[in-house]
Amino acid sequence: MAEGFTVVAPEKVAVGRYAGLSTGSWRWIVALALIALASVLPFAVSNYHVFELTLVMIYAIAVLGLNILTGYNGQISLGHGAFFAAGAYTAAILMHHYGVPYWATVPPAAFICFALGVLFGLPALRFEGPYLALVTLAMALATPQLLKYFDTWTGGQQGINLIKPLPPPGLGIDRDRWLYLLVLAVLLLAMRIAANMLHGRTGRAFVAIRDQPIAAAAMGIHTARYKTLAFGTSTLFTGVAGALAAIVIGYVSPEGYSLFLSISFLVGSAVGGIATIGGAIVGGLFIQFVPNLANDISDAAPGAIYGLAMLLFMYAMPRGVVGSLGPWVARLMQQLERHRVGVRRK
Amino acid sequence: MHQLLQQIFSGLAAGAIYASLALALVMIYRATDLVNFAQGEMAMFSTYIAWTLVNAGLPFWGAFIITLLASFLGGMAIERVVIRPVENAPVLAAVVVTIGLALIFNSLAGWIYSYTVQDFQSPFPDRPLFGALITTRDLGVIGVTLVMLFLLFAFFRFTATGLAMRAAAQNPASARLCGVRVGRMLAIGWGLAAAIGAAAGIMVAPVLFLDPNMMGGVLVYAFAGALLGGITSPVGAVIGGLIVGVTENLVGTYLIASQLKLTVAFALIILVLVFRPNGLFGTAILRRV
Repeated sequence: MAEGFTVVAPEKVAVGRYAGLSTGSWRWIVALALIALASVLPFAVSNYHVFELTLVMIYAIAVLGLNILTGYNGQISLGHGAFFAAGAYTAAILMHHYGVPYWATVPPAAFICFALGVLFGLPALRFEGPYLALVTLAMALATPQLLKYFDTWTGGQQGINLIKPLPPPGLGIDRDRWLYLLVLAVLLLAMRIAANMLHGRTGRAFVAIRDQPIAAAAMGIHTARYKTLAFGTSTLFTGVAGALAAIVIGYVSPEGYSLFLSISFLVGSAVGGIATIGGAIVGGLFIQFVPNLANDISDAAPGAIYGLAMLLFMYAMPRGVVGSLGPWVARLMQQLERHRVGVRRK
Repeated sequence: MHQLLQQIFSGLAAGAIYASLALALVMIYRATDLVNFAQGEMAMFSTYIAWTLVNAGLPFWGAFIITLLASFLGGMAIERVVIRPVENAPVLAAVVVTIGLALIFNSLAGWIYSYTVQDFQSPFPDRPLFGALITTRDLGVIGVTLVMLFLLFAFFRFTATGLAMRAAAQNPASARLCGVRVGRMLAIGWGLAAAIGAAAGIMVAPVLFLDPNMMGGVLVYAFAGALLGGITSPVGAVIGGLIVGVTENLVGTYLIASQLKLTVAFALIILVLVFRPNGLFGTAILRRV
């Protein structure tokens, strides 16, 4: 290799230094700044916007769950609305029939949805591609019917009305903002857990099974166990989102968990970036705001505008917003680094 | 016994419609490995075209033929304009595009024709036959489906274009090297699927009444039929569609109140798939490592 010339490998760039701080530190600074921004945001906007943003974060948690299964493990689910419903109804039934405080309903909802996901994941091991899509689709379609059928628990068609929780006294903030901060905390925790899992051994196993199932099995990855685990964790996240939605909206009814919800999760996941963690937030924003925006643009045919938005997003960024822009940002950083290194050498 | 036979026959009539739409799904799946979630809404939109033509005073079968031709061209155009840009994109992007397309058609139909339920006259009179075993209308629906299947079979078996389409679906690269214009074959496949769907829509409209959400349920059953038969097998799709139609009808009549009809019908289908994960007639996917 010629003297005075070094090839800057990407991993070298990742530990490069800017203004005296390592890239890792910068990442933390940016993350903390974003978290701080997200924490003060509710105090700058109206009550209704706070509610909307809370829903965005809830959808983001659900989409994150779907990303684990569909994005990292390659199992397409058209039925995550069913697990969202399971979480929501677990929370609602515990609060309504047993008087459990709202914050204590989230762990049982997580546990139940994890168990349901594992149970459902076992037969799903036999299905691939469109077959799994059909099985999960069937579940999404059956959910409203089942919820109406077992009406002693679910309140049938009317659903269950919940009393909205009060913020802890002495904190000096109102209910909507308290719930916003609570959901934000759960979202951050969920993203942290997902990142730890997916960037480690388990995540590599998931991706290996998605890309090369036979080679993965040959290398000693227990395919069935990891696929079931992917299903369970995925539905756990989505179930937690469902429980939070029940608490925040204060109402559950069968019509809220139709096939459309499941499809929305899939769309949000694809638009945000299917095998990314940050994409879940973009997906949440898309699910919550684009239909409303479409309504504003055209009263007559909002569905057409929403559909058109999906098409345009997929044409422009087939790997989703984060999936497509992420590599671009990384390249930009690399170029900056090269530039900086070059400058110093002169 | 008489009632059972009656239910089976009316199930077959519904099944014939599921079978047609299932066939349309299979055609697109074989060619592009894509489940077209817009198939039902495309069929619904075609049915509105037929409805407009009939209301404009055309005879039924004239409107039927014109609608099928228009749908064929429309289907080709959709493949060219909407689907081709995501041909090489990740599967999920293509899936989302078909979902978006379904939304667009649904919304456009609601905008142009309103969401009011419209009456669509059947070309077949509704008279009981063979001691009320089957109505002439059901017989007509089954008959139209059979004729369409026969024509399709003949097309794929005996024409050069049909052969080229099969080649393009089976091995695009080799087909292209042999001079088959694969892109055009894909477009024709979408056109044919749209035309088959249009026929199914026109047949089902007198039963379900015409509105923009008419095909939602039908598509789900067609999807189930296609997979039950094996998504790679056209014959399987037809038989699967018929089985789904009969099962749905029998479950609704004998087993359980209509509230849980869908759930039970799907549970049965999934039970079958647990034992035959590639469908009844599908071939297992072989992988090279």
